[in-house]
Amino acid sequence: MATDDTTRATTTTTTVTRRRGAPRQRRRGERSRAASIGLHATLLVAAAIAVFPPLWLLVTSFKPKTDTFTRSLVSGFTLDNYDHVINDTEFLTWFGNSVVIVLATTVIGVFISSTTGYALSRFRFPGMRPLMWTLLLTQMFPMAVLIVPLYNLMSRYGLLNQPVGLVVTYLTIAVPFCAWMMKSFFDTIPVAIDESGRVDGLNPFGVFWRLIMPLAKPGLAVTAFYSFVTAWAEVAFATAFMTGERNLTLAGGLQTFVNQHTQDWHLMTAAAVLIAVPAILVFGYAQRHLQSGLTAGATKA
Amino acid sequence: MTSPTIASPGEAEAGATGAERARGPRRGAGGGPGRLRLALSTHWYAWAMIAPVVLVITAIIGWPLVRGVYLSLTDADEANVERTIGVNSIPATYEFIGLDNYVDILGDDAFWDRLGWTVVWTVACVAITFAIGLTLANMLNRQFRGRTAYRMALILPWAIPAFVSVFAWRMLYNERNGLLNSLLEGRGIDGIAWLSDPTWAKAAVIAVNVWLGVPFMLIAMLGALQSIPAEQYEAAEMDGASAWQRFRFITLPGVRSVSMTVVLLSTIWTFNMFPVIFLLTRGGPAGSTDILVTEAFRLAFTASPRDFANSAAWGVLILLLLVLFAISYRRALRKQGEVW
Repeated sequence: MATDDTTRATTTTTTVTRRRGAPRQRRRGERSRAASIGLHATLLVAAAIAVFPPLWLLVTSFKPKTDTFTRSLVSGFTLDNYDHVINDTEFLTWFGNSVVIVLATTVIGVFISSTTGYALSRFRFPGMRPLMWTLLLTQMFPMAVLIVPLYNLMSRYGLLNQPVGLVVTYLTIAVPFCAWMMKSFFDTIPVAIDESGRVDGLNPFGVFWRLIMPLAKPGLAVTAFYSFVTAWAEVAFATAFMTGERNLTLAGGLQTFVNQHTQDWHLMTAAAVLIAVPAILVFGYAQRHLQSGLTAGATKA
Repeated sequence: MTSPTIASPGEAEAGATGAERARGPRRGAGGGPGRLRLALSTHWYAWAMIAPVVLVITAIIGWPLVRGVYLSLTDADEANVERTIGVNSIPATYEFIGLDNYVDILGDDAFWDRLGWTVVWTVACVAITFAIGLTLANMLNRQFRGRTAYRMALILPWAIPAFVSVFAWRMLYNERNGLLNSLLEGRGIDGIAWLSDPTWAKAAVIAVNVWLGVPFMLIAMLGALQSIPAEQYEAAEMDGASAWQRFRFITLPGVRSVSMTVVLLSTIWTFNMFPVIFLLTRGGPAGSTDILVTEAFRLAFTASPRDFANSAAWGVLILLLLVLFAISYRRALRKQGEVW
């Protein structure tokens, strides 16, 4: 209703001005033709640059080995690359390794960062301020300072080449950011809800689990997405900790197609597409919440 | 009654006062078991909730950090760390050598070269990414047909794991038969050694990192732009402000606080950006694109013999640099009256 009124009001103003014989004024938010063309041209170029490399990866994955570097969009359409990657390499093992690690990281990460976020948002307790500072500081920890000592520790406790080793490592990357984000998110949920829950006889855990968590779904989506992306796309720790063909994750596996010894670009493209698709699906699901989640986290950080 | 204090979000935000007050009981002289029990019974909910995170952080960040600092003061390398060969485990034989590693590193030109390039890399990436992100966000922050489609296309690079995109770029950059050179040669221009000429390699890694970083900037800035009330623009227009003036005096101040955060975050991320350089050039040609983190990784994991002590020392130096940066950034913000 309100918007309708405004539009009507603006239209009247324009008619009035035109009747006076002045040059036609643009309505607010309206652009000249040139500006409109410029806008679309710039956005088109930017969008093309953004989309092109992945798109090229996709079209190349359907070309036979001999045509990998041809310039044409389609040449000799074939699914051989996919067939080879899935059946003749350890790709499915790597995929399985990655899925296990990512699921564990996401589930544990989301759960412990939301309990922490909730405690930080609702309770005042000794150790709260140091904890908040630690969370903030660990976000800027370079992996370079941790990777060597972690490698030595993992090797001492036999955790190299074990998914568990990577899961705990990824938790430390994902959890500080997620906890911080969940805290900002819980801050936006009125305390009155907690209080009513307490009055009705729930203990704080019950309040958290039965009342607040269901309300926090958008926040949970963002943190889950972040943990997923962190674990799915991490390279350094995965490269250092996982060796031996059957232990690799996808990040390590993709590197085996193209290196000093082999140049199997055609297989690499097929594997890359298979890795990217799940990531895009998860992203597509989470991106609705991403903007609000991010800005809530960013402005309050 | 063992009820924890429920703070309103606003109060919890202030943090300082709340924590000070809550810490009260423990501050009393001697404390005593009674006070401890009281604190425990009041706060155990909260402590139970944060326990897993505290545990993980201490185990995987605190303890390795201490060990890393210690390792950097030793001569540990592949040959003398504790290791298992078959059923025999060989005990560690490395020794404490004090600050020697640091003296070596700081006296070596290689460190300063890498540092210089790391700074150039970080500043260039963040500045370009921010400029492009803000421009595109401004363009998308209005009504027109196809807005959603553009938005989806522009954030696509974010949806794909970075290491996958890096391989896509490596294919485009391929010197002999990559698409970029094939296009250039089609027009009669000599192909460019994208990844094996030091200067072009630097430009190439920056380009890929910008490509990867723009979507995050775009979404963050779009969020910031949408939080600026439209009335401000209306009022400015009434007063006859030009488009540039509206951008300069309404948009820029409006996105300031979000910008501060995302610039800080993206500086830290870029400074530590490992996969782009590691997978695109491996730091080459001849170390010309090696930033500090890739160099630290190379020392410990791809160099032969693997030099753990030096790598740990590089790691500690990187951490010190980041801490210095964060402190001065905060100072600079404070001076400008930003509460952060």
